[in-house]
Amino acid sequence: MSTKQENIDVSVWRGDPHSGNYENFKVPAHESQTILDVVSWIQQNQDATLSYRYACRVGMCGSCAMMVNGIPRWTCRTHVKKVLKGKKLEVAPLRNLPVIKDLVTDMDTFFDKWISAEGLHHPSKTRLDPIEEIEPKSLGRVEINAGIECINCSICYAACDTVTNNSDYLGPAALQRAWTVYNDVKDADKQTVLNAVSGDGGCLNCHSQGSCSVHCPNDLNPMNAIAGLKRATATSFFNRKG
Amino acid sequence: MNIRLYMLQRITALIMAPLTLGHIAVMIYAVQDGLSASEILGRTQGSNMWLLFYGTFVVAVSIHAAIGVRVIVSETFKFVGFTLDAFAWFVCVAMLFMGGRAVLAVTLL
Amino acid sequence: MIRPHRKHSLWLAYILHRISGFGLAVFLPFHFYLLSLVLTEPDRLDGFLSWTDTPIVKFAEFGLVFLLAVHFFGGLRLMALEFLPWSISQKTLVALAIASAFLIATIFFLQVI
Repeated sequence: MSTKQENIDVSVWRGDPHSGNYENFKVPAHESQTILDVVSWIQQNQDATLSYRYACRVGMCGSCAMMVNGIPRWTCRTHVKKVLKGKKLEVAPLRNLPVIKDLVTDMDTFFDKWISAEGLHHPSKTRLDPIEEIEPKSLGRVEINAGIECINCSICYAACDTVTNNSDYLGPAALQRAWTVYNDVKDADKQTVLNAVSGDGGCLNCHSQGSCSVHCPNDLNPMNAIAGLKRATATSFFNRKG
Repeated sequence: MNIRLYMLQRITALIMAPLTLGHIAVMIYAVQDGLSASEILGRTQGSNMWLLFYGTFVVAVSIHAAIGVRVIVSETFKFVGFTLDAFAWFVCVAMLFMGGRAVLAVTLL
Repeated sequence: MIRPHRKHSLWLAYILHRISGFGLAVFLPFHFYLLSLVLTEPDRLDGFLSWTDTPIVKFAEFGLVFLLAVHFFGGLRLMALEFLPWSISQKTLVALAIASAFLIATIFFLQVI
């Protein structure tokens, strides 16, 4: 093996909640290498104080999302080759969330908004009742299928400019979750869901920019779910008037 | 953005969709031999049809534009509460007044 | 200038809709003012209208009709997307909307020159 070792120029955002800047590292390039591999290599070989977050490494836990060359991505499933610009990489913490340190963001607001959107189960039965049968091909169930593969990675939240411009906006993930609950025949309180998603920070703020759906690593379509909530809100508006 | 503003925005848009097509057709037709005050008035003066057409257009566009501009200033300049509402109302009333005056000028004069 | 996460057709459609809408809102008061000149100063209106025969103004008119058409088709697209359950083919609609807007503006342009 006499081939010369190629390096990638990696620019990593370092800082705390108040200030920060990009720091440059040279990382050996490998044939099959993910962004998470690169960040881990820096932390293990160049600077042990680099903070970042990950858990499963296989695209299930939703912990490792970062901005990679300006686009929010799940770093464990993003190959360097796919996103390299020249030989350069720029890795930063997710947009629209406060930074704790380096690449780690505080995701509290993101999860709090799931609760504010009533992305919770409102039971219609007790444990003594028999389990309700759900026809897999029923309309509601098909809608739900399109949304429940969400891994809470916050990539859509980071991609959304409406979140950037309106801090009250619940964001794509929370609204998509509410849409699945709304379509669940086992849910007893759909009006509460509708009220939660049609308020000032709700689905009506969405401008259908579509960055959520374009960048979702699981190919989900939150914009479509939000459109569904808009239709449900509009229908309920007319029904209450009439 | 609340449901009332959202629905008003969509309803005025739906009202304006056919009106806009009509307006574009009129424009393409009208500019063929050049425009003049007498040419415009010759078509519109004393016509209740044009009064209704452009009157509806002005009312719809004033509401539609005020809500649209309201969203832009709230997102871009972070206007909130009374300032935001007052701004939107100002846009709506100003456009209603100016547009209403223009429609009356070319139809009822 | 457009940040990487915005480089896709849906975002482009959004920004076109916003810019064209804002542009129309700014233009309309001038449009209304000019028409009301019929009431007060018809000669000034004719003076202005003959000025509109100059090429630069014609090009500006092309821009205005383009704004109107782009906002019209963009708005139809948006309402189709919101009120009708839709599929990925909506990207095609975006392209179609822009193309139609351009077509209409071009027809207008050809008429005035």
